[in-house]
Amino acid sequence: MNERHRPRPPRSIAVVLPLMLIALYLPLAVMLISSFTDIQDGGSYFTLRWYHEVFADPALWEALSRSFLVASGAAAMSTLLGLLGALAIDKWSFRARVVLRTLSWLSLMLPELVLALALLSWFALFGLTLSLWTVIAAHITLTLPFVILIIGARLKGLDPAYDDAARDLGAREWQVLTRVTLPLLAPSIVTGFLLAFLISFDDFLVTFYTNGVGSDTLPVRLYSMMKQGMSPKIQALSSIMLIVSVVLIALLARLRGLKSLADAES
Amino acid sequence: MSDTHKSRRVRSRIGRLGWVPIVWYALFLLGPLFLVFATSLASRGIYGGLEWNLSGENYLRSADPLFSLILWRSFLLAAVTAAFCFIIGFPMALAMATASATARNVFVFALAIPFLTNLMIRICAVKSLVAYEGPVAHFLLALGVEFDRFALSQNLSLVLYGMISSYLPFMVFPLYSALERFDFSLVEAAQDLGASYIQVMNRVILPSLRRAIVSGVLLVFIPAFGEFVIPDLLGGAKTMLIGNLISEQFLKARDWPFGSALSIVLMLILAGAIWWIRLFDRPMGRPRRPA
Repeated sequence: MNERHRPRPPRSIAVVLPLMLIALYLPLAVMLISSFTDIQDGGSYFTLRWYHEVFADPALWEALSRSFLVASGAAAMSTLLGLLGALAIDKWSFRARVVLRTLSWLSLMLPELVLALALLSWFALFGLTLSLWTVIAAHITLTLPFVILIIGARLKGLDPAYDDAARDLGAREWQVLTRVTLPLLAPSIVTGFLLAFLISFDDFLVTFYTNGVGSDTLPVRLYSMMKQGMSPKIQALSSIMLIVSVVLIALLARLRGLKSLADAES
Repeated sequence: MSDTHKSRRVRSRIGRLGWVPIVWYALFLLGPLFLVFATSLASRGIYGGLEWNLSGENYLRSADPLFSLILWRSFLLAAVTAAFCFIIGFPMALAMATASATARNVFVFALAIPFLTNLMIRICAVKSLVAYEGPVAHFLLALGVEFDRFALSQNLSLVLYGMISSYLPFMVFPLYSALERFDFSLVEAAQDLGASYIQVMNRVILPSLRRAIVSGVLLVFIPAFGEFVIPDLLGGAKTMLIGNLISEQFLKARDWPFGSALSIVLMLILAGAIWWIRLFDRPMGRPRRPA
């Protein structure tokens, strides 16, 4: 798209970008370096000690596996529900479209804190014991609108002629869906799943409210550790989580998911 | 059921499975939200339980000047964050959108990392920077500047930095997305006619970004208003904000009715802000005010 005609802004304006990128990345760099540093007798040395401590801590392993369990469960359910929602927005009635759009808009605009405490009250009302299940349920609500947005955007861009052609050739509704629509949607389904996974894996607030005793996920664990003060072990743990996130984000980027996310937000 | 959409979209029975997400939302979004409203009208029993006696006392309590001050402070923090994010985010998005295609992808990726990385990790990173034995402390010591080493790791400017760096991508992404599709030959045309770059920005670029600016401001302002983790960890929980206040009612004071009432007030203020900000989302010169 008109690649040649993009007049650059003057340097005084353009310089904000590299400056802000430095400001965003400097703390992360310092954290990474500190996690490999041991300070003894006034000198600094390279060490893997803090990583050993993290890997030797069974509580952290449990938190990590809980985080993975919650994120995969919530992302899977959310992707399924989001797919059905996006299909309904595209193929059901006008009323369904309005209802589903309003609901996902509402959950996007709702402050996370309010969602968290509303779910806490709700679970308490029905006497449900807080556990990983309540966390998963909460995370499904949290991530669902993003999945609907991403799959919906792809669905909107599909040419209806594909469906027509399949129908003309005698395909039934179900066959149109499984042989035509779903394969075309596959990249956005994977993107939706990855994004839901990332949001769930990183979530602190909703988890903090809806998890039970002794079922901390990694971010919740990190919060309570940080409340007690900083330590190189926390920095090592954060660095590990940072690398996991970067890998997931790189996967998303490969699937062109980042662009669809940016477009969906505008 | 009238489908007014003009496309050749074919309806399919598959769409009816849309009931499943609707039921999900009813059970895990609308129900809980209604419960918050109902709870806000109840009062706290003697043993911490709820008494359903339909009173507005919790709302009267939230009108107390002390709580109004907290609300005002949270509003101010969210507004300042949104303003800074725009002032910084607009030049960033502009520089990104005018870069080469390869560079654009790199920039999107570079911004996505802090955007999608856990808040706790980013806070941990900021804290590493200003730690008691951290680089900033060493730097200031080397310069011979007098400072309080404890205050360095918990203060208002850190809170502001934390807020801006966390929410900046919410502003940059919509702006960038709109600028990516922007017809830059308009900029050349204006410059050929003798406009300075500042004039081009004010008269050509910014007016066409209205919608993106509105969504950017909303995406920053709304979560920033209820934020409590960043001020809690970077500000040392010294300044009470609406997020902390609500959180305390639920987790410490166990006064759920009051916490619920505060949440309803928070949502009402946000709804008002959304309505007001959206007024700006209309084409120039054709005001569409409710008659």
